[in-house]
This record gives sequence, C-alpha cells and structure tokens, in this order.
Amino acid sequence: MAAEKAEMDALKKECDALRTQIEAARKAANDGSMSAAAGGVASVGRVQLKLRKNLKGHLAKIYAMHWSADSRSMVSASQDGKLLVWDTFTGNKLVAVPLKSAWVMSVDFAPSGNLVASGGLDNICTVYNIKAASPKTLRELDAHTGYLSCCRFLSDSEILTASGDTTCCLWDLETGKQKIIFTNHIGDCMSLALSPDMNYFISGACDSLAKLWDVREGACKQTFSGHTSDINAIAFFPSGNAVITGSDDCSCKMYDLRADQEVLDYTDSSLNAGVTSLALSNSGRLIFAGYDDFNCHIWDSLKGEKVGVLSGHDNRVSCTGVPEDGMGVCTGSWDSFLKLWN
Amino acid sequence: MSSSSSIVAMKKVVQQLRYEASINRVKVSQAAAELQQFCMNNATQDPLLTGMSSSTNPFRPQKVCSFL
Repeated sequence: MAAEKAEMDALKKECDALRTQIEAARKAANDGSMSAAAGGVASVGRVQLKLRKNLKGHLAKIYAMHWSADSRSMVSASQDGKLLVWDTFTGNKLVAVPLKSAWVMSVDFAPSGNLVASGGLDNICTVYNIKAASPKTLRELDAHTGYLSCCRFLSDSEILTASGDTTCCLWDLETGKQKIIFTNHIGDCMSLALSPDMNYFISGACDSLAKLWDVREGACKQTFSGHTSDINAIAFFPSGNAVITGSDDCSCKMYDLRADQEVLDYTDSSLNAGVTSLALSNSGRLIFAGYDDFNCHIWDSLKGEKVGVLSGHDNRVSCTGVPEDGMGVCTGSWDSFLKLWN
Repeated sequence: MSSSSSIVAMKKVVQQLRYEASINRVKVSQAAAELQQFCMNNATQDPLLTGMSSSTNPFRPQKVCSFL
C-alpha cells in the first residue's frame, strides 16, 4: 500500500514537472504577438455579405450541414428526422433521406458525392448511398457508447467519428469495423476536422482541450489548452499549420501547431453567446463563426478583429460551412432555415 | 478504482506528457509571419474576400432579359 502510494506520488510529481517544462518551452517560443505582427497587414475593412438564398424545407431545428466537394450540393440534418440534399444554385431539394433516429447531431458528404453520413443520440454513424434510386443504408457503424457529435469521411472507404464517450474512431466502411480508437480526451468529444493533407485530424472536447492526432498511428501528438469551456467547433487553417476553435466560453482561438500554443484570441465584450460552429474562407483570412445569439460573426483571422456579421436567423446558428470553391457561406439554424450568403 | 489501475492510468498520462514535451517548437514570430504570408498569397483566390460580379455569382438568380 505504502509502495503504491509512493509510486503514485512520484508519478504525480513527474506529471507536474512535465507540465511545467511544456509551459516553459511554449513561453520560450512566444517571442511576439500574432496581432502585433499583423500591424503591417492591410485591413479587410467592413465585410458585408448579402443574403442570396433562404432554403426552406426542414420542419424542426437544423443541427448540421456539410457542402459537397462540387461546391454546389449541400446536405443538411434536422431533428425533424430528415437529411436533405440541396442544389444550392437553384434552391431545389435533390434527395430526402429519412432517418431511423431523429436525434441527429452531425452530417457529412463523402468527397466522391456518392455517400452521406449522419449520427447523433443513437450513438450510431449511419452511412447512406444517395446515388441509388432511393437512398440506401450502406453501413451502420455501431460501437460508440456515447452520442455521435461529428463524422468526417476520408474517402468512400474510411470515416472518422467523434463521440460523447470521449473517443474518436477511424472506421473501415468496407467491413463496418473500427480500425483505430483515439483515446485521450477526458470530456465528450464535440467536433473534429481533418488536415488538408489528411494525415492528421484535430478534435475539440468538453474538457476544453483541442488535440492533434495522427490518423494512421492513432497517437495524440499535441494538446492545446486555453478555453474555459466546451469546444464545440474546430477547423484547420487552410495551410494546415494552425487550428481555429470555437467554444461555449464565447471565444474563438487560433492555435499554431508548430509553435504549439495559442496565438490569437477572438473575443468581444459585447459577445456573450457561445460559439456553435465555424468555417474559414479560402485564404484563411476570414472566420465565419456561428453563435447562440442568432448571428454568424465574421472575424479577421490575422488581426483578431470583428469585421462583419450575418444577421437574419430567428434562432441559434447551429452550423456554418464554406464550400471548396470558397464562393459563399451557408448558415443553418434552429429556426429550421439554411441561408446562403456572399 | 483500484490503486493499481490508477497507477496504470497515471503512467499513461506521464507517457503522453513526455511525448508532448519532446516536440520542437517554432517561434511564434516565425509562425505568425508564415500564416500572414499564406493569407496574402491566397487572397486573390478568396472570393469572399475579393467579392465577385453578379455574372460569376452562382447563388444569384440569373436575370433573364426578354423582349416584351
């Protein structure tokens, strides 16, 4: 008993020493502020985007949306128990997928455009073939012991999921089995984002930490702290060297992967609503962040200043997305509408 | 939780921290400069930043002219 206690104390001491070492190393690398460095960069001015389309069709709160790689189709998920695939150029609905469980929290479009995936309080990630004559369930990925908060396709044969059971998972869609389980978070995983080169992904969780993982090794490479509440949204900066997070603590943050620390904080004293979702413009300069205050606020990612707002929803903005061609922003809301802006 | 499983869990925490402590870190000033450079280099490829004309805007309904 005494020997075990001694061992435990030694381990705790080593933990504290390592944490101190990491903080010291980060401080040593912190030789200048990002926003000060951006002093020489031209301002983007006021960003004023117009509402181009209001997509009506869902009958209840929209929880998630995702653009297709063709930058034209888009899939949305609502707790009315349906996934809708839209042609955003015409506003027409292309496909309706009825869900077994209406409590959906996430949706994704495969890069090929052949498959969509969704999941939520049923703990299952269901993959559908939407190119068949009528939407066909391809796989039900059932192993998580908590809700499915996020799913992201790597291809038609692999998908990553994040769950309320605190793990993320890489699945083989051909067998329907788990390939790798990513464990390290101590709170519900709320969101994940794949790096542009698809070798890494980043997860945000209710433990207020963001973690960088190697997709193939399964290892947690880096851990980023700073938020004081759940991280609901996460995205890679397009260069792949930084990550943006959005949290219930009402702020967004940028973490640089190579400096291994927070480099910018996007907060405004007038903003007292949690961040639900975020998306970046193609150059990474603009951050579109959806908030509980019914708006999507636009931030200058380099200067840390608020430069615009997308107003029009009558309830919380729950999801935000920019297509690959960067031609617009889509916001989805608990008011049951999706809006397209540019 | 038995004390031996707490020790196993604690050893994992220590192992993870050792791993995270060992990485090389780039200076923030250099990282910031590279992020800025990326934004500058890609600014012209960013339609939300540069704006677009209504003829190239895929979400703007096409106005059809007809002779009355």
